[in-house]
This record gives sequence, structure tokens and C-alpha cells, in this order.
Amino acid sequence: MQYTVQHTTLYTYDQPVGLCHNVAKLLPRNTAEQIVIECDVQILPQPAMLHAYEDFFGNQTRYFAIQQPHKSLQVTVTSIIEKKVLPPILSPAALAMSWEEAQAQVAVQMNQEVAIAQYVLPTPATQANSEIAQFARMAFTPGKNAYQACKDLMELIFTQCTFQPGFSTISTPVWLVMKERKGVCQDFAHLAIACIRSVGLPVRYVSGYIETLPPKGKPKLVGVDASHAWFSVYLPHMGWVDFDPTNNQVPGYQHLTVGWGRDYFDVAPLKGVIQNSGPHQLTVSVDVRRTNLYHPVAAMEQ
Amino acid sequence: MLSNPTNQQLFAHYLNSNYSYDELLDAAGNLREHWKVFFQSFTQMGADEMDNRCKDIARLLKENGVTYNIYGDPQGLKRPWKLDPIPYVISKQEWHTIESGLQQRAELLNLVLQDVYGPQNLIKQGILPMELVYNHSGFLRQCVGIPTLHKHSLTLYAGDIARSCDGKIWLVNDRTQAPSGSGYAFENRTAMARTLPELFTGLKVRRLTTYFSSLKEALLQQAPFGNTEPRIVILTPGPSNETYFEHSYLSSVLGFSLVQGNDLMVKDCQVWLKTLGGLEKVDIILRRVDDVYCDPLELKEDSQLGIPGLLQAVRSGNVTVANPLGSSVLENPGLIPFLNAASQYYFNQQLIMPTVASWWCGQAKESQYVLNNLASLVVRKIQRNASGTSSINTSALSKVQIANLKKEILAQPHLFVGQEKIDFASTPSFIDGKIEPRNALFRSFLVSNGDSYTVMTGGLTRTSAFSGQSVISNQLGGLSKDTWIISAEPGRTLNVRKELAVPYMATNGTNMLPSHTAENFFWVGRYVERILGNARLQRTIMQMVADGNKPNADGDLRAENYLLQALTQCTFTYPGFTDTEKQAELLQQPWPELHDILFNDNRSGSLSSNLAWFYKAVYAVRDHWSTDTWRVLRNIEDAWSEAANATSTRHLTMLHCVDEIITYLVAFVGLNRENISREQGWAMIDMGRKIEQSLLLINLLKSTLIAVHDEQVEYELQEAVLASNDCLVNYRYKYRAHLQLPLIVELMLFDANNPRSLIYQIQRLKNYLLQLPLLGSTTEYTAHQSLINQIDALLKQANISELCILDAQLGCYQALDTFLQEIINLLCAIPNAISTLYFVHSQTQKQLFTAQID
Repeated sequence: MQYTVQHTTLYTYDQPVGLCHNVAKLLPRNTAEQIVIECDVQILPQPAMLHAYEDFFGNQTRYFAIQQPHKSLQVTVTSIIEKKVLPPILSPAALAMSWEEAQAQVAVQMNQEVAIAQYVLPTPATQANSEIAQFARMAFTPGKNAYQACKDLMELIFTQCTFQPGFSTISTPVWLVMKERKGVCQDFAHLAIACIRSVGLPVRYVSGYIETLPPKGKPKLVGVDASHAWFSVYLPHMGWVDFDPTNNQVPGYQHLTVGWGRDYFDVAPLKGVIQNSGPHQLTVSVDVRRTNLYHPVAAMEQ
Repeated sequence: MLSNPTNQQLFAHYLNSNYSYDELLDAAGNLREHWKVFFQSFTQMGADEMDNRCKDIARLLKENGVTYNIYGDPQGLKRPWKLDPIPYVISKQEWHTIESGLQQRAELLNLVLQDVYGPQNLIKQGILPMELVYNHSGFLRQCVGIPTLHKHSLTLYAGDIARSCDGKIWLVNDRTQAPSGSGYAFENRTAMARTLPELFTGLKVRRLTTYFSSLKEALLQQAPFGNTEPRIVILTPGPSNETYFEHSYLSSVLGFSLVQGNDLMVKDCQVWLKTLGGLEKVDIILRRVDDVYCDPLELKEDSQLGIPGLLQAVRSGNVTVANPLGSSVLENPGLIPFLNAASQYYFNQQLIMPTVASWWCGQAKESQYVLNNLASLVVRKIQRNASGTSSINTSALSKVQIANLKKEILAQPHLFVGQEKIDFASTPSFIDGKIEPRNALFRSFLVSNGDSYTVMTGGLTRTSAFSGQSVISNQLGGLSKDTWIISAEPGRTLNVRKELAVPYMATNGTNMLPSHTAENFFWVGRYVERILGNARLQRTIMQMVADGNKPNADGDLRAENYLLQALTQCTFTYPGFTDTEKQAELLQQPWPELHDILFNDNRSGSLSSNLAWFYKAVYAVRDHWSTDTWRVLRNIEDAWSEAANATSTRHLTMLHCVDEIITYLVAFVGLNRENISREQGWAMIDMGRKIEQSLLLINLLKSTLIAVHDEQVEYELQEAVLASNDCLVNYRYKYRAHLQLPLIVELMLFDANNPRSLIYQIQRLKNYLLQLPLLGSTTEYTAHQSLINQIDALLKQANISELCILDAQLGCYQALDTFLQEIINLLCAIPNAISTLYFVHSQTQKQLFTAQID
């Protein structure tokens, strides 16, 4: 399946801004399930400085600076992504593995597998309190299969929490999300991560996109898709397995990955500091299109 | 030695209250050799003389402006530094261990730092636990992979050292971010050498002075692209930081500009200093700002102390930051149990400096040990909290607190370390004429010389505030000590005169002032004149009130009352004497209000509040004032606080105090006219003065000369105007006439030879404004130039007789009033124009919103 994703971020300023510095983590990375065929970044006005590098977590990162007075900043990333779905393979070993065994295996390998083990450590945004830890134990009951426990946690969050835009901001603490059981996908991802780290398993925050399908018979509107976030757990014998607690599904064709980190703050899509104290406005639009429509619909919705 | 009766007395208290190992005595109970020599000199001086010398020390440190800021202290930014006349003494043998131990430790920490931000072999080999590093708030993932270009990434290192009761030396803390204290160490030595040179007699105390040249050398070697004349700046969080004194001290000794985050900017991935003359490239930043605060783009987002984009400039290799961003990862007591293995790994050597036995709770067995022995251990967090401490003294905790601490440790074991409690040795301190035992902590400073580390042959010793107190913190009070390293080698003896020679180093970069500094100079100038002008006016009026207006008989107080109201208007202390409700009462009894206008700190426009603003600007550029200037500044403070705290509100006390302030401020201006380190500095001060003088003069004229009164009152008002401007004699000499408005207007506004006249100020101001560096290619007049030209033209075209025409209908000199108001309007626009163009640091920065993902 081939997708074209267009993600536009527009800042407008009341007063001209003479200098801005930005860090963007908007370019999708390659994974086992997706190959980025083409990716184009357009920045208006033209930045005076543009540097590309991979951050600590391997995400495609762009630093750029605009050094002439401007009243708006527009960043458009257009990516063509070839996506396939590799459903989790539940080998006999994976089926036989309890979450406690998984945790014990990871703990032994802490120093050798830093790239994995670092995701066990809590961050300020994913710090579990006792309520969160107890919540996690509802899914992680003694002896349960590791994969099943993660899936149950996803379902638990989906059934117990209400998707409610406007309740939270990017700085709403995870304990409040737990207490109120409300939030958006970013909050649910953080909550799941806090739960899973509280039982000692490595889990990361995945930032990406989700394709929305129009109601039957209606054409798809431009820009209605959204940035999305979910989590990915490392399980021995299985590797990294993604779960989307907002939609209670194991991501398939409709999920496209941009990057990952310990939490949102490691992979915030676009950050910036401007030299100006006046007000500014932000608009974001995302469009996810299938560019080879001849694919059978059934396969898409798997 | 102790049989000497004076000494017995001197030591009686010390020996009686002493509770532990004594560094004075050897195993046989005799005074150690170097202490014998020291106390010989000490006791020879006698108690009275010692007391005098202690006062000399305090005075000298005060005059040198040595302060330590205590957060939340009423003395605020100006807490004097306290120095004990008895030094901390380190023997030659001890020093040998310390020096080699610290050098080895610095080398090791440098390698650990490079590894943590590079290949992470120590983690892969299992020498350092991953969680210990990755959980530390100082591990900045954004800094991983930045290439190291030199053998030493860690330019500066400081170690805190203490002696235990058995005389053993222990390393207690590592400081790897921006170690403070070297400046204080130098001031302590200077004060000791100057006030108590006798005490050095017969002892071979090693000199300190090479430290700063080594530091400068070390920084120069780290210049990007091998630039041989790099521009180096010292980055400070600002005047309210606890060790701001030291930042400015380093700036003047090293000759590097002292800057705050908003003085710098990143453009083209380069760091630039905003100066009066435009942007100047910066190559090296010696930072005194904690690393996470250094870049709001990539690190702590709400930091106002950093430079957005700095990390990218570092990544691009265009600027060197010392110590590098991320080096606080080494300030982690949890590393202690693992460093021996790291030393084996790198050097195949044991650590020379012993460290306190420590157990990191991130390991199961160790954690259990700490939990089981909590009461007998010191518990520390792996990172310091906001107030700077990381130690929890378990013996001071209640049972409930212990239980809570256990819970905390169990919840996040990897954040805690248990350490053995060590009984630290006491050291003699001279306190209130007695020698008392105190705990001491000695900080030693190391700087890279490219190949190895140079250790300062001395350091900063701090002692606890109370006997038996083991926590030593400047924030908690306590004393400091000079640190003497006794050398047996000839030729290394301290030469008092050499020690006092300030190691002067040439300033690098151009002479352009950083714009922040320039703005503070400008405000120093404005406040000086505001205080002087207001003080002179108030003095004139107070004299008049004190005389009861007797010379003019009749008990006619009308002129006095008008002047009191003018005082309110000129000082902007409304409602004051213009308060319609209380006016009658206030004019009847003006002294309480006059006292309030002088001394009420909380009243905007009072002399006290203006002095506070003046000092704020003065302290922000403290590295630019000479010793003589400091003395004057201290005198102002002393005179003022004495008068402000006087119980009597006697007229003479108030008058005397105002007289003193005027004299000192005139001295301050005079000293700086001659002395200030850079020409531009004086120009900025004087520019501020000229604007303020002009405004004060016009306001005074407007509030006294515009309204029409009967002849007697007008005469008295005119006389007061001239008197408060020191122009009465001048007037009489020049005109040899009775006071008349046109002549007064001529003298005060248009006489270019009268240094108090408006035109005199305006012409000076014009010169300064025309001399400001041109930014960019401007052939047109800039805003401030066009404003001053307009004022100049107004003054030149004015016709005195027309200005002095009485408007009979309005009952005032309307033409004069309009004329003066026009000039005020133009004048008031000048500071804004300068600020927009030259004080560019004041542009604020702001974080962009980030999208919430839903």
C-alpha cells in the first residue's frame, strides 16, 4: 500500500519576527513495516540555516533558522510511504512467555541492550503513581501472557477512558489523566507507557499519523486526518509490538509512523523559539491519501 | 607552646569544646610544627590587635565588593563575605596525595564524560549501570554524539575535600559543571596577605597566582578552528545569582566580557555578542549557567537564561562551551562505587583519593543494605535539587520521616545513594575573639592544560556556622578561610607583594560594550543625577523650612508652601504636598513628609527607592568600578542606612545625611569621569546624566516659575531655583542685578557657559548621540539624532523676551510653559530611540506553541 502524507504547520504572527530557531521531527523514518520512498520538506520563508541529523533515538531531525523579518512560518512535509503490515507473530515461545518472564529477561540485559532497556526508565511525563500502578495490575495479572497483558491494558484504557478533546494540554500530568480518565491519544499513550514501565517492561511513545476513512458514500475531505500517537512495547521473542489505546487496535495499514522516543517531549513534531513577544497562532492540517487505489479494499481494512 | 599563659587562655575554650580529631596536634599531643610557627605570630599580635585586624579584613573585603548573595536574605544582593583569620593548613605530605589524587580523578572523569556522550563502552562493559547514567537529570541526550576535539572535554574540575577524625583525607563531592569559588579563594588570599602579613612569617605558603593564567591558556587552546585570537565571554545568570561577585571578578581578572543569555544570540549557527557597535562573533563561552538552562530551544524550554540555538552552534563546531553542556552528568554521588572499576579499566590503577563508602540503591543487594542501615547512613539523591543540596541526614529524621524515606527509596531506588557517615575533624576558627572548633570543607580547583590538569595551590575552605554542624553551605551562613599549602621546597615561599599583584590580562575582542552593560551604565547615569537633583532641591527646601523663613520676616510661608508642592512634583512622590485633603496639615508640619520622601523604601520616587535602583544598575556592571569607587559606594550605603535607621528625625540629621549623599555622589561621578575602564562606559553614564539633568531642570522650572505670584513670593521661588542649582552666586556675579525672570531664563536655559544650563546639557548630549556607532549603512539621521537636532533648533531659535511674556488671561507664563513642555516631549523620546537601536538585548524571546496530538 502506498500513501502520500502531507502535513502542514502554519504559524502566523501579529508582529513581524526577525529571528526564529526551530527543531522539526516531522520526517517519517523507515521501519520494518514502512519504507519512506520520498520525503520533501518545504519551509516558507526560506530558512537561512538548515541542518539534518538523527536525534538520540534515531529520528529524522531538522534544525532550521529564519533570519529575516517574517509574519508567518509554514512547514510542509510531503512523504510517500510504502506500507505493509506484519501482524505480530505469536510463536510458541512468545505464547509461553508470561510478562514476568519478559521483564526478567529485559532486566538481565540492561547494560547490553541499552537501546531497548532505556525505555524501561520512567520520565517526568510518564511517572506512575500508585493509582496508575494498580491500574496496570488489572491487565498485568500474575502469570498472564506478556502480549495478552499489553493488549488487555490497551483495551482497559479504551473502555475506561473517555476521548475528550479540550480536557488536556500538552503539559497535563499523567496522574490527572488517570484520575479523570479523560484525554486524547497523546494522554492515553502516556498513560499506557506509565503503566507498562511500572511493571518493568520497555515501552516507547510512537508519533505518527492515522488515516481516517470517510463515511460510506461520502468523498474524503482534505486535511481531516490527524497526527496520532500510540505506544510500542518490546517483548522478547517478538520485538517491538505497537498498540493503539485510543482506537483499541493493533495498528495496521491506517497507522504511519514518524518517530519515537521515551515520551511526547522526545519527538515533539515542531518546536521553536522566536525573538518577539507578540501573540501568534498555530494551525495544523494533515492529509493522508492512498496513492495506489487499485489495492483491494479488504486488504486495506485488515 | 601551650604552657604560655596567653596561649592557654586562647586555646582553653577550643580544647574544652573540641570533640574530635584535632589537626593542630600530632599523635603525641604536641602542636604540629607549622601550627607552632603560626600561633607564635598569632599570639604575638595580641588580642586587641587581632581584633583590629579582623575589622581590617572585613573592611577590605567590603571595599573590594566581595559579596555572596543569599536567597531571601534582607541584605539581598550585598551580603558581605566573611573570612576567618586562621587559615586551613595543608601539609606538604597531604598535598602530595591531594594533588595527584585530584589530577587522576579529573582525568578519569574527563574520560567518563567523553564515553557517556560517545561510545558508552563503560555501560556496554557493565562498568557503569545504564540506569545510573540514563536516570540522571544531567544526562542530556541532545548532547550525545557531539564530537570531542581535544584530549580534555572537561576544562574545569573542582573537588570538595574533608579530613576525618583519624586525619585521613576524603573526597566528598565532584563539581564538574561550573565550579564556583576560585575568585573567592583569591580574594581571601589577598585580604590575608594585606592585613595579616605577619602570619605568613616563617611558613612556606605556596602562591596561587598561576591558576587564572592557566585557565586562560586552557580556554584559548579550545578555540574552534584553531583561532588564535578568539573572543571569550563569561556567561552569567545575572546579578541575583549567589556568586555573581565571582563572575564579575573573573571577568575583570581574565579580561573577558561578562554577559547574560540575552546579550548573546545565535545566527548562522554562530554565537554573537550584541554590542553598542553591532554583533561580534563569540568563540568560547565560559559558563556559569547550569547546562539545562543554556538553550531554551533544545533543553529547558522556559529558561530565560540561555541562548536559543546554542546547542546547534556547538554541534556545528562554531563555539566551545566550557565546561561542555551535559557535564553535570558527572555530579552524581551514585557514580562513586563504580569509579574504581573505571579507573582500573582506563588506567589499570586504583583511585588515589579515597571516597566515602557508598551504596547505589539501583542494585538489589546494595539497596537492601541501605534500607537496613538507614539510621547510620547519610542518604543522598543522585542529583541535586533546586536548592543545591542532595544530602538527607537520617539522624535528624523522625520515625515517620524515616518510613517515608524508605518508601521513596523503594519507589525509585535508582535515584538514591547511601553513604557511610564519617566523623569529620574539627579545625580551629577565630570567632568573636575566641578559638572555636568548626567543621571544614576544602574546595580545590583544577584546570586542564591540554595534556594534564593543573591544580590551584590553595583553594577555598568553608566552615560550618555552628560547632558540630556537619552541613556546610554558604547559603546557611558560616565562614570562609584562606587555604595554605605548606611547601618545604625553597623558592616557593609566598611573597606578600607578589601575591598582591593582580594578574592583569589584556582584554580580548574590541572595545565595544555589550549592549546590556551599556544600558546599565546609562541607568547609573540617570539615577545618579536623579538622586543628586532631588537631593539638592530637597536640601534647599529643608533649609528654608528649618529657618522658618525668618530672613523674610512676616511669617509669610507662601513661597515655602509652593516649594514643598514643587518638591512633590519634581520627585514624583504624589500626592505628597499636593494632596488636597491633607495639604493644610502637611504644610503646617512638613517634616514627617520630608522624612518619608527621603527614607521610605517602598515609596516610588523617594530617595531611598532611587538609591535602590541606582545600586541595582551599579551591581549589574560591578566589574567596571575601581576600588576607590567601591569605597565611595560603600560610604553612601553606610551614611544612608545610618541616617535611615536613626531614631530621631532631627532636621540636622536629615540635612547632614543629604549633604553627605550629595558629596559622595559628586565624588562617584568625578571618579568615573577619570577612571572608568572603557571610554564608551563613561559616554553612556554621561548621556544618562545629561538627559536626567535636563528633565529635572525643566520640571523644576515648570513647577516654580510658570505661575504668577506677588513679587515677594516670586523672588523667593526664583532664589530657591538658583540655589538648588548652585547658580545663585553665578547669577549675582554675572548680572549684578536683582532677580528677574528673563535673566534667570537666560542663565538656566540658554547660557552655554553655565554648566548647569539646559543648553549646556543638550550640547553634551548631542555630542554623545552623534558619536554612537552607526549600525548598518545609514546616511539618514537616526531617530535619536533627529530628536536632539529638533531640541537644539528649538533652543537656538527661542526668543527670551517672547518666552517671558505674561499671559494675563491665564495668569501664567504660558509661552515659557509650552516651550518647556515641547522640549520635555522630545527629550523623553530619546531613551526609547536609543533603546530600540542599541539595547538590543531587551528583545524578548518566546516559545512557539507545540501542537497537541489528538
